[in-house]
Amino acid sequence: MSQPDFSHDGIRTARGTAFRYLFMLCALLSILTTVAIVATLLIDAIDFFATVSPVEFLTGTRWSPTNDPVAFGVLPLISGTLIITLGSALVALPIGLLTAIYLSEYASERRRAYLKPALEVLAGVPTVVYGYFALVYVTPALDTILPLSTFNALSASIMVGIMIIPMVSSISEDAMSAVPDSLRQASYGLGATKFTVSTSVVVPAALSGIISSFILALSRAIGETMIVAIAAGQTPRMVDLTDPAGMFLDSIQPMTSAMVQIGTGDIVGQGAAYKSLFAVGLTLFVITFVMNLVSELVASRYREVYR
Amino acid sequence: MAADTQEASVDSGFGQISRTKDVAFRLLALAATLIGIVSLAALLLNVAVDAVGWLDWGFLTNPPHPNPNNAGFLPAIVGSIAIMIMIALVTFPLGVGAAIYLEEYASDGYLTRFIQLNIANLAGVPSVVYGLLGLGLFVGLFNIGYGSVLAAAFTVSLLILPIVIISAQEAIRSVPDSQRQASYGMGATKWQTIRNVVLPRAMPGIMTGTILALGRAIGETAPLIMIAAPTTVFGVPNSLLSKVSAMPLQIYNWASYPQTEFQYGVVAAGVVTLLVILLTINSVAIIIRNRYQQRT
Repeated sequence: MSQPDFSHDGIRTARGTAFRYLFMLCALLSILTTVAIVATLLIDAIDFFATVSPVEFLTGTRWSPTNDPVAFGVLPLISGTLIITLGSALVALPIGLLTAIYLSEYASERRRAYLKPALEVLAGVPTVVYGYFALVYVTPALDTILPLSTFNALSASIMVGIMIIPMVSSISEDAMSAVPDSLRQASYGLGATKFTVSTSVVVPAALSGIISSFILALSRAIGETMIVAIAAGQTPRMVDLTDPAGMFLDSIQPMTSAMVQIGTGDIVGQGAAYKSLFAVGLTLFVITFVMNLVSELVASRYREVYR
Repeated sequence: MAADTQEASVDSGFGQISRTKDVAFRLLALAATLIGIVSLAALLLNVAVDAVGWLDWGFLTNPPHPNPNNAGFLPAIVGSIAIMIMIALVTFPLGVGAAIYLEEYASDGYLTRFIQLNIANLAGVPSVVYGLLGLGLFVGLFNIGYGSVLAAAFTVSLLILPIVIISAQEAIRSVPDSQRQASYGMGATKWQTIRNVVLPRAMPGIMTGTILALGRAIGETAPLIMIAAPTTVFGVPNSLLSKVSAMPLQIYNWASYPQTEFQYGVVAAGVVTLLVILLTINSVAIIIRNRYQQRT
């Protein structure tokens, strides 16, 4: 009776442990990335806030980082971002929701099989291409019926809206598919049509998933850069509350577009304009981070309800 | 059903039930589904028509030029491909490693859930913010050069890593547990099981996910602008530290030229080239997926 030969096991275990820690390092790199993002933004933003007070930055109504007299009020940029977000929401939320309803409740299996990938293409087109489309095709086309500037918020928000449709539709559709069929059958049993079932049963039952998709899509619109940098213009302006619709016809400047403008400019060294990049970046990061987190929390609610 | 075709009016607690409204809503929903796809198709048709006459051999092999008739795309094409190869080399091992840890090793504890939430959140960080990370970290701290191939590749790698990890996780999760158990039953260690059983089965899915992520990487513009990659270079990059432009950057640059020849000619040719390369990348991913799906 001899003992089995375990002589290799020491090496095998050591190798196994080594791989385990190697893979763990890869996973921890993602946390390191988050830490690095926050650190890079904070270090230069804090530097920036030593020269420009946070109060001045957050409440100032004029943004002029390079032209005298320089001013670093972020509100005009935030208002530009709001205009684009509002415009793209008006396009993407109703269209995305209706698309999700169609895919989940009406479309046959076969039709869904080619509509879904076709919709995903909308999110896969590089944003620089959308920006170019907005500038050279959409704006001239709309200019024939509206008094548009060459650079305007309208065509940029339409393009951002089209880009985020698949975000709304695919997440909302997932939520709708998770609604138990028994709820639909009960409603049909009461004599309801598909329209009533969709709007009065499925949509309310999937509401948290739908809202989560809305928040995520809007967060994407807020962070969208190239479309607005190319097509929306470079005019930082406060929202004109007396004529909000007029804002869409003119050139504006969202936060991301201002960052691109500073990034492409020849700002060498460590001046306030360069540092302001990081202050705007931090503002953008905080806004989108909070929205993504809220979206995640809202979404986890519907998962608990039906699974 | 005969009853369905009539205008039925039943008090069911849902209000009036109308067949017409149902049909109208169905058509509205279908229209909404198609509107984005049709708009994009129309725009693509426009750009393809505009590119005719501009997209020729000279365009693909010349450097950029202020004269639209001599303008070329070569340095941008080579730059994009160089950046993409580096990104693949960085993200593939890191992404697969992280996915293996999360799916095969990690216990379902607090740390794992935190990492998972963190990855989901990273996927939602705006790309321009990754550009600032690259500017502060790779250009500033590590000093690997404004707009160099390496700085560009590292920056965009961090951007697509969450997507690679998530798709690799899905591929690994789809390997049936019975296969792992069989491997353990044969006396294999965890690592042997991962290497000989899990990875070979998951590899097509991992490849598909990684290639699709590379397709996203090739269109990224904002991070490259932030790390100060030049929007136009006239020579092909000859080292990992030389300044590099990329297709989307060159398109962005040309789009700001006021001449119609650029706006409706040269840029259109650039856009078509970028989209064709993107389409090729994505087709490869889909071919890999379909080929291996048939086998299993």
